[in-house]
Amino acid sequence: MKNLENLVLRIWRQSGPDDPGRFQSYRIDSISDEASFLEMLDVLNEKLIGEGLEAIAFDHDCREGICGTCSLMIDGQPHGPQRGTATCQLHMRKFSSGETITVEPWRATAFPIIKDLIVDRAPFDRIVEAGGFITATTGGAPEANLTPVPKPVAEAAMDAAACIGCGACVAACPNGAASLFTAAKVSHLNLLPQGQAERWSRVEAMVETMEQYFGSCTNHGECEAACPKSISIDFIALMNKDYLSAKLKNRALISRT
Amino acid sequence: MSPERKTKKAPAKKPAAKKPAARSSPVRPSPRVVLDAKIPPGPIAEKWDNYKADMKLVNPNNKRGFKVIVVGSGLAGASAAATLAELGYDVHVFTFHDSPRRAHSIAAQGGINAAKNYRGDGDSVQRLFYDTIKGGDFRSREGNVYRLAQVSVNIIDQMVAQGVPFAREYGGLLDTRSCGGSQLQRTFYARGQTGQQLLLGAYQQLARQIGLGNVKLWNRSELVDVVTIDGRCAGIVTRDLVTGAVQSHAAHATVLATGGYGNVFFLSTNAMACNITAAWRAHRKGAYFANPCYTQIHPTCIPQADETQSKLTLMSESLRNDGRIWVPSREGDDRSPSQIPEAERDYYLERMYPSFGNLAPRDISSRAAKRAVDSGRGVGPLKNGVYLDFAAAIGRLGRDVITERYGNLFEMYERITGEVPYEVPMRVYPASHYTMGGLWVDYELTTTIPGLYAAGEVNFADQGANRLGASALMQGLADGYFVLPYTIGNYLAPMLNKPIPGVDHPEFQLAEQAASTRFGNYLDIRGSRSPDWFHRELGKIIWEHCGMDRTAAGLRQALSDLPALYEEFKTDLRVTGDGASVNQTLEKAGRVDDFFELGMLMCRDALERRESCGGHFRSEYQDSEGEAQRDDANFAHVAAWEFTGDPMKAVRHKEELKFETIHLAKRSYK
Ligand SMILES: Cc1cc2nc3c(=O)[nH]c(=O)nc-3n(C[C@H](O)[C@H](O)[C@H](O)COP(=O)(O)OP(=O)(O)OC[C@H]3O[C@@H](n4cnc5c(N)ncnc54)[C@H](O)[C@@H]3O)c2cc1C
Ligand code: FES
Repeated sequence: MKNLENLVLRIWRQSGPDDPGRFQSYRIDSISDEASFLEMLDVLNEKLIGEGLEAIAFDHDCREGICGTCSLMIDGQPHGPQRGTATCQLHMRKFSSGETITVEPWRATAFPIIKDLIVDRAPFDRIVEAGGFITATTGGAPEANLTPVPKPVAEAAMDAAACIGCGACVAACPNGAASLFTAAKVSHLNLLPQGQAERWSRVEAMVETMEQYFGSCTNHGECEAACPKSISIDFIALMNKDYLSAKLKNRALISRT
Repeated sequence: MSPERKTKKAPAKKPAAKKPAARSSPVRPSPRVVLDAKIPPGPIAEKWDNYKADMKLVNPNNKRGFKVIVVGSGLAGASAAATLAELGYDVHVFTFHDSPRRAHSIAAQGGINAAKNYRGDGDSVQRLFYDTIKGGDFRSREGNVYRLAQVSVNIIDQMVAQGVPFAREYGGLLDTRSCGGSQLQRTFYARGQTGQQLLLGAYQQLARQIGLGNVKLWNRSELVDVVTIDGRCAGIVTRDLVTGAVQSHAAHATVLATGGYGNVFFLSTNAMACNITAAWRAHRKGAYFANPCYTQIHPTCIPQADETQSKLTLMSESLRNDGRIWVPSREGDDRSPSQIPEAERDYYLERMYPSFGNLAPRDISSRAAKRAVDSGRGVGPLKNGVYLDFAAAIGRLGRDVITERYGNLFEMYERITGEVPYEVPMRVYPASHYTMGGLWVDYELTTTIPGLYAAGEVNFADQGANRLGASALMQGLADGYFVLPYTIGNYLAPMLNKPIPGVDHPEFQLAEQAASTRFGNYLDIRGSRSPDWFHRELGKIIWEHCGMDRTAAGLRQALSDLPALYEEFKTDLRVTGDGASVNQTLEKAGRVDDFFELGMLMCRDALERRESCGGHFRSEYQDSEGEAQRDDANFAHVAAWEFTGDPMKAVRHKEELKFETIHLAKRSYK
C-alpha cells in the first residue's frame, strides 16, 4: 500500500441547469492507492466541507458496478481508463502521484446536467416504458420449466441483460446515440422464447422512442469500448435486423386483421 | 423528471444562530395497540387459502378510485406497484433514485430460493418452511413463513415469464445450486447477478404500467414524513431531491418497501444511500419497530483496506459451494498461503460443522471467522481476514467451470484488491449485510398503523433472528407479488365511496412545516463536523458494541456514548450548500439523524434480549462449545417497540411466538 501525492483534480462545477458551468481545480494529497476513485472524491468532499465550501455533487450508489448510477467522464473517457469497469470500481492504483485528472459529467443532449457531475438519464426509462418488457401480468404465469430455453440462448440473453443502464455508451458516442443501450434491452427479450409474442412491436416501439431523444448511430463502435459491462455491438446489428423485419411483419399482421 | 412535481418553494438558506436540529411534527403516541398477528384459522397448509377465500374484494371498476402510494422500487416495491396497477388501482411510486431500476435489490448476487424440487432432491414447501424457521433460530412466525414457502414456487414461474434469463442446464431446463443453511439445491440464479436480473424483471413490469399511465413515478423524491389522521395512515410528505421542495401526498393506503438499515454500521455491503428514514418516520408516528437488534453480519466480504473506505463489498455466499475457508493453524504465521502445507491449515468450518461444512449459515460462519481472527490467525496485510480458497475446486473442475460459475465475482475481487483469486486465495471477513428487524407487521403486512404496509426487507416478519442466503429476494417478491395485492384489497373494500383527508388537512400542513424546518435547521447549525463524520463515528460504536459479539456492559457503554454523540450532532453538524438544489450533504444529514435514533433502539433491544439467537449473540449466553444459547422460556417472542418521543424511552411490547407445527429444537449444523 502506498499513498498518492499532489494530485490535481479539474472538476466540472455547475450550480444548476441554467448555469454555464466551469472547471475548478483542486489539489489533494495522501490518497491511498487502495482507495477507489469515488472514495478519493469523498475525501475531497470532506475537505471542502471542512473549508465551508459546497461538496461536489455526483451520482453513485452501489459502488460495485451493478446499479449503473455512477457516471463520470474521467480524462475524456466514460468511466475512466480501465476497460470493462464502472467509475465506482476504478481504483487509485491506476493513477500516479502528480497527475492531473479531469472529471466531467456525461455530455449528451439527451442527458441535461442537473448539477455538477449529475445528469438526468430519464430518457432511458422512457425507452423501456415504450416496450422493454414482456406482458405477463402477475398470477397468470405458466409453470417455469414448461418452456425449455436452450443454454446458449439463455447465455446470449444474459449477455445483453447485463447492461446496467449507466449511459456510458451515449456519452462515448460522437452522435449521442443510445443504440447500444436500446439494443441490449431489445435483444435480451427478443432472444428469449418468452419474448417472441411481442418481438416485433417491442423493437419498433423502443427504436422509435429512442429516436425521439437521441442522435443516430453511425457505427463508430465507441460505445462498446466504453461499456463497463463490455456489451457487444453485435446486439445493435440484431436490433437493426429485427427492426427492419418488424416494419414488414407488423404491417403484415395488421393487414391480416 | 415530471413537470408537475413542484408545489412549494424550498426553504432558502438563511443565517441563524446555532440551534439544535428540530424533530419532525409533534409526536402523538398511538392509542394502545394490541399486537394481533391475525393468523388465519386452520391447519398451517390451509391458512393462506382460508384467508384468500374469506377476504373482501374490490370490484375492478372501483379500483381506480383507490389511490395507493408505494415508497420504494426494489423487488418488493416494484412488484407490488406493478401488480396493484395491473389490478386497476391508482398507484404512485416514490424513490430517491433517479430510476426505479437502481434500487439496492440490483446488487444481490447469489440467488433466490424456491421449493420447486426440480432436482428431485427431496425439497418441498414443508422443508423450505422448516429450513427457514430453523435458519431464523426459531424466532419467526410460523404462519408467515409457511406462506412464504408456498408462494416461492409462483415467483420462479412469474420471473421466467417476465424474461429473467436464469441459468439453464444443457437441456434448457432451469439450473439450481446450494446456499448456506440448506442441504438441498433450491437456489435459482442468473450468473452472479440474480438481484439485477430479478429487479430488471420487476422494473420492466413496472415500466409497462408507467407507460400505460397506470402508475405515476416520482423519482429523486424522498419520503421525509408519514402522516396519520384519525388513527390511520393518510399519506406521506416528500422532499424533492433536485429542488428541495417539500410536498404532501394523500392516499387510501401506503406501502413502505424501503429496504433495510444495515448502513447504521456505516461500513456495510449495502448501497451508499440505503437508510432507515422511511421506516423511522413511520415509527415516530406510531408504527412499532420489531427486533431491531436482529442484524445479519455476512461472513464473506472483502476486508477493510484503509480508514477512508466508504463501503464493503460482498463476495457472494454461492462461492462457498466451491471455496474452502481456512486460516493458518498457528498464530502469527506470516507465510504466503501457498507456502502453508495442508497439515498446517485449519479448515475450521469443515472441522466444526462436518455436515454443513463451508455452507454453515451466516451467523455461525461469521462468528467462527471473528474468533479465528481474534485468536491471532487472521490473514492479509492488516491480519483482518480469513482465506476463501478455490485451489481444490480448480483442480477438480478446471478453471473454465469456475470461471463460468463465478467469473464476474472473481473479476470484482481483482478490481478491488489487485489480487487474482485463481492464483491466490481470496481474503474475506464478516460485514454488516442485512437486517432481519424492521417494522412490525401482521399476516396482512399491515404495520400497527392501519393503512400503512411494510414489504420486503423493511418489515421484520419472515427471517427470524437470522436470514438464510437467497431468501431475501424470495421474501421481497413474495410480499410484492403474492401477498400485498390481496391484503390491501381486504383493507380498501370497506372504504368505497368514503372520502379521505386531502393534502389541505392541517396534519399534512403541520408535517410539511416540520420537515421544512428540520432540513432548514441542519443547514443552520453551522458546526464543524460533516454528516459523514458523524455517521462513521456512530458506525464504530454500533459495530463495536452491537455487532457480532454483544455484552451487557458493552451495550450499556454504547447507550451512554450514543446520546452524547447525538447531542454533538445536533449542535456541531456542518452542512454546506443550500436547501434549494441538489445537496447530498443535506440528504445525508437527515439520514444520519434517523440512524442515531435507530442505533439507540438497537442497543436497547439487544440489551433487553437476554439470550443469544441467530445474528444476536450475547457473550453471556453461550453453551460450552461457544454456540448461541436461546432462552425459549423467556424470549420466544417478538419485541415490538413503541416510540414515546425519545428512543431511549421507547416502550417494549411482546408478541408471543406460537409454534404449533414445528418443535422448538437446538439449532445444530454439526
Ligand atoms: C450485496 C448484497 C447481496 C445480496 N445478495 C442476495 C442474494 O443473493 N439473495 C437474496 O435473497 N438476498 C440478497 N441480498 C439481500 C437483498 O438484496 C435485499 O434484502 C433485498 O433486495 C431488499 O429489497 P427491498 O425491495 O426490500 O428493498 P431495496 O431493494 O433496498 O429497495 C428500497 C427502495 O426504497 C427506496 N427508498 C428507501 N427509502 C426511501 C425514502 N425515504 N424515500 C423514497 N424512497 C426510498 C429506494 O430508493 C429503493 O427504491 C443481498 C444484499 C446485499 C447488500
Ligand atoms: S455506483 Fe453502482 S455502478 Fe457505480
